Amino acid sequence: MKYDILIAGVGGQGVVLASRMLALAAMKAGFRVSTAETIGMSQREGSVSSHIRIGEEISGSLIPAGQADLLIGLEPAETVRNLPFLKKAGKILLNSHAIAPASKPPGSPEYAPEALLAFLKARFPGMLCLDFTQLAEEAGTYRAANVAMLGAAAGAGLLPFSKETILLVLETEIPEKHRAVNRAAFEGAIEKIKPGTLTGNRR
Amino acid sequence: MGNEAIALGAIEAGVQVVTGYPGTPSTEALETVVRYADRCGIYTEWSSNEKVALETAVGAAYSGAKALVTMKQVGLNVASDPLMSLTYIGVKGALVLLVADDPGPHSSQTEQDTRVFGHFANIPVLDPANPQEAYELTKLAFELSHEFEVPVILRTTTRVSHSCGDVELAVTEPVPVEASCEGFTKDRRWTIFPRLTAERHPWLENVQVQFSERFSGLPYNSILGSGKIGIIASGVSALYVKEAVKGFEGLFTLFRVGTVHPFPEQAALSFLKGIEKLIVVEELDPYLEEQALQLIGKAHLPVDVYGKKNGFFPVSGEYNVDIVIDGVNKVLAKLGEPSRLSHASPAVLREELPPLPVRAPTLCAGCMHRTVFYAFKQAAKQLKKDSQVETIFSGDIGCYTLGNAFPLNMVETCLCMGAGMSIAGGLSRTNPEVKQVAFIGDSTFFHSGIPAVVNAVYNGADVTLAVLDNRTTAMTGHQPHPGIGVTVLGNPSKAIDIAGVIRSCGVDFVRTVETVSLEGCIEAAKEAMEFKGPSAIVFKGKCVGITKSGIKLTIDPESCTGCGFCVKQLGCPAIFLPPGEDKPVIQDSCSGCGLCAQICPSGAISEGRVKR
Repeated sequence: MKYDILIAGVGGQGVVLASRMLALAAMKAGFRVSTAETIGMSQREGSVSSHIRIGEEISGSLIPAGQADLLIGLEPAETVRNLPFLKKAGKILLNSHAIAPASKPPGSPEYAPEALLAFLKARFPGMLCLDFTQLAEEAGTYRAANVAMLGAAAGAGLLPFSKETILLVLETEIPEKHRAVNRAAFEGAIEKIKPGTLTGNRR
Repeated sequence: MGNEAIALGAIEAGVQVVTGYPGTPSTEALETVVRYADRCGIYTEWSSNEKVALETAVGAAYSGAKALVTMKQVGLNVASDPLMSLTYIGVKGALVLLVADDPGPHSSQTEQDTRVFGHFANIPVLDPANPQEAYELTKLAFELSHEFEVPVILRTTTRVSHSCGDVELAVTEPVPVEASCEGFTKDRRWTIFPRLTAERHPWLENVQVQFSERFSGLPYNSILGSGKIGIIASGVSALYVKEAVKGFEGLFTLFRVGTVHPFPEQAALSFLKGIEKLIVVEELDPYLEEQALQLIGKAHLPVDVYGKKNGFFPVSGEYNVDIVIDGVNKVLAKLGEPSRLSHASPAVLREELPPLPVRAPTLCAGCMHRTVFYAFKQAAKQLKKDSQVETIFSGDIGCYTLGNAFPLNMVETCLCMGAGMSIAGGLSRTNPEVKQVAFIGDSTFFHSGIPAVVNAVYNGADVTLAVLDNRTTAMTGHQPHPGIGVTVLGNPSKAIDIAGVIRSCGVDFVRTVETVSLEGCIEAAKEAMEFKGPSAIVFKGKCVGITKSGIKLTIDPESCTGCGFCVKQLGCPAIFLPPGEDKPVIQDSCSGCGLCAQICPSGAISEGRVKR
């Protein structure tokens, strides 16, 4: 078994926390894990990504191009930026909530989230797409979009371990004062993506 | 995480004293020790800089204690003065330096290679490939340091230090380390002197030979496969090689080097004797390549070498599996080999991607630094208008280096920790008609900013220093520093007053200004810039990374004229102009600093709802 997950987003969205939780859950499920995280300067509102490599043996922590099984995109532009890592039959879980860059330096293309969403939907008709930021906001805080997306990934059967395993990790990794909100976002997302309740692009 | 594994390895090895200065990607090693410091009885400190950290650890190691010092690669430059002398003197207990390199670089000024530094300084260097090896090699580093009485470097890279993975520990729960060490014994060996250095130098060279011999027998240098093409690699690159050649293992023999310096010559020789061609895969400097070339020459071996030096692999930047595949394929093509390694085919090729906005790192929404930069921008504009005087802004290392970003554009020189004010001093000598302003953060001020203040006073430089005091070492994850009044263990300590230090250095113009009022900041900036001779303002504010205000501003669409002034002037990530619209909105990340409200020409921005 080998399962490579890439989480992409903007510094401050909790990409590192989400990847730690997946790594710990994978270990609990008995796999070997290796992650690569963006820590440092880019955490200040820059593009960030985490690579999580799950399997029977330890590899270098960076996923090679075209080998990710799952791309969890916390933001549309950052999702598109990381598409070259996704393998041909790879799956995408997308947060449609766009975050515009803080400034547009001369020469930087205009940010057009609608065009990017249309591109993603055309290329990946099976993509699971929701406004997870709004879903998290409804659960108590927009900051829990990362944990909501883990809920959706587990609920949709996109992970090589159960949602219960992630919930166990949630108990130890999220400080107590934020735990209830995160649990609500996690469960809320699972509920939301159940077949029949989703008004998205799920096949 | 690799850094946590290193800390656990050090604790298991019995480390008694741990010092360091924060620096990405090394910081979490010391922070992990802190979690066990009380329980295990380990003395731990964030020192004021890497030189001080090393010297403190040296004192402990002279006394027979086991000590660890942590820093990033550029920190080693700061610590190099004591280190270069220490190699001649050696240690008694054990002294291990964790030095984290940053190929890329992701979060650093340089792409220097600590393996080469070890070679230059005559210090053994261990180079783990993943957290498991980092844990094991840390323990080995302590053993070797104790046995040979020399400092040992554990060199990691970002993909080892900042990689999380499963690590098998020999001891599941850290136990208290030995409370005592033998203590300092007076001896002439601890006082460096030309004669002592001359005596010790042959010993130091001999130790290198002994290390090379010892390393050749260690399992961390392993040979895999029996193909006719050899590949030598160290660190995480070795794992990339394993993945890249999957399915073609019969063609290659991989020599993984875990103890890179002194180069394990005997082990390398037995590897080289079985091959005809050698591919070298390593990030940063061609260290292994030079060692291999030297050995091949010395032993007159008929082996051709393919690496960075003859253009088969990139000379800089971070490697990955795909880069290794490309490099190996180039070599295979050169050799006329029919087989080629193949890349996986991605769902979408890079060339097919639609245009994407540049998303560079930027100062957080509500960061006090933005207010100070904007204030100086206005003050400089005024100075130019009133007296036709231009201003040059020098920056320093920390979050506020991000003041260089569009649209602030307020960092015009930046070199290394503590350099801003000295460079401004130099600029003042060669651009006498131009005003010089230097920005420095609070932690950087204590690290290496003070000598520049002393020099400016001593030699009468006309420079304005702006200290950005947000009461934390923010960029590396909010560590305490000497100005805060608390140690790494959370114990109270004497808080050192930055304004007081500057005053005591002899600066006659020193103001302390809160960053709440933009107008107040602009006035102070103007006054300081008009002052002849060294002047300083200590700007005090909060780091929004650790203090949440609960306030969020909103833009009243009725009063907003859509002039876009707030968007164009500040580059605040909370202010967002939705595509196709002319009136900006304030997003959730707003922390309510109020800077935009203070510059809005139509007064359309005010305090809105309270955030949950």
